[in-house]
Amino acid sequence: MTRIRPLRILPGALMLLAGGCDDMSKQHKENPYASPRSAPANGVAGRVEYHDAPRPAPALTSALLRRGRSEYDAFCAPCHARTGLGDGMVVQRGFPAPRPLATAPTHNATPDQLYAIITAGQGVMYGFAQRIMPDDRWAIVAYLYALRRSQYAMLADMTPAQRATPP
Amino acid sequence: MGAPFTPRANIIMTTCLAAIAFAVAGGGLWWFAWPYSDYTRHVGWVVQQPVPFSHQHHVAGLGLDCRFCHSSVENSAQASLPPTFTCMTCHSQIWTNAAVLAPVRDSLARNTPMTWQRVTDVPDYVYFNHSIHIAKGVGCESCHGNVGSMPLTYKAKTLTMQFCLDCHRDPGPNLRPVENIFDMDWHRGPDTPSIAALVAQYHLGRRNLTECSICHR
Repeated sequence: MTRIRPLRILPGALMLLAGGCDDMSKQHKENPYASPRSAPANGVAGRVEYHDAPRPAPALTSALLRRGRSEYDAFCAPCHARTGLGDGMVVQRGFPAPRPLATAPTHNATPDQLYAIITAGQGVMYGFAQRIMPDDRWAIVAYLYALRRSQYAMLADMTPAQRATPP
Repeated sequence: MGAPFTPRANIIMTTCLAAIAFAVAGGGLWWFAWPYSDYTRHVGWVVQQPVPFSHQHHVAGLGLDCRFCHSSVENSAQASLPPTFTCMTCHSQIWTNAAVLAPVRDSLARNTPMTWQRVTDVPDYVYFNHSIHIAKGVGCESCHGNVGSMPLTYKAKTLTMQFCLDCHRDPGPNLRPVENIFDMDWHRGPDTPSIAALVAQYHLGRRNLTECSICHR
């Protein structure tokens, strides 16, 4: 029977221990953010990107309008300005000025048409399909109506009850 | 009988004691303080990017919202870096000949993504999710600092586990109203709802946010 000599197993033991030195802050796993392998495949027949899929308009609520204002201020206001007048900060820096939303040819567009413009863009305006989720696009459409109404409100738009109530 | 130690022993003894004290203090600092130092954590280090993008110009100067470029931040674990398409939303019309933007135009012409370098990273065993933090009222600035003041982007906070836990133990002070989440240099004002009101509004306090599996799995 041969005795186990410590000096013989020491190198192996040290190498095993050294294997634990990795703190695992970098791991070999799929990162959907960085890995093309885990990215969705292109061009699957009969399918469209999530953001291109048709989606019915959500119910018109106060929360939807607030969401629309938030999204409008983030994505549209750089050019169209928060007022919709088309003199946003990027326009002031040289971007071709859009027409004021209230007087543009689209001022009497249907919600579907406005939604399509946000989705695919128009003229020099790029489409926002990848950046604004469908429900948020509908929220912006709803807010566009509120924005226009806020600036071109007519007495005739008010119901008799609203006229009777002092603001 | 002579003295058991010569006078030299005093020097040896003092030196040894000092060396031991130095080793203990130095080892403690090396083990406990060095890994969490701003230097090791690369806090304040500017990361080289293919284009010297200035958040100061785009955020503070032009007033662009974080979401204009980091558009998946509300819906996804990752805030996402913008594709070239997003840059070209404006730069197809303005600064179209700027030499500094040549890599962006090349990217578009060659249909090859820009290779933006990550500035803020957490270890792979941390499953950070942007969308839940936004949904629960934590502002971008709480972890990323005032990005609108950065001409070149750098990591502003250490992002140690201590940093995360400080907020997970007591999230109240870092909560903001929904409309202020993407604001830079935001401070509580007289009209800001109280911390208790925000905690209730975001339905916090019902789950122990320091459970291991909240961040690690």
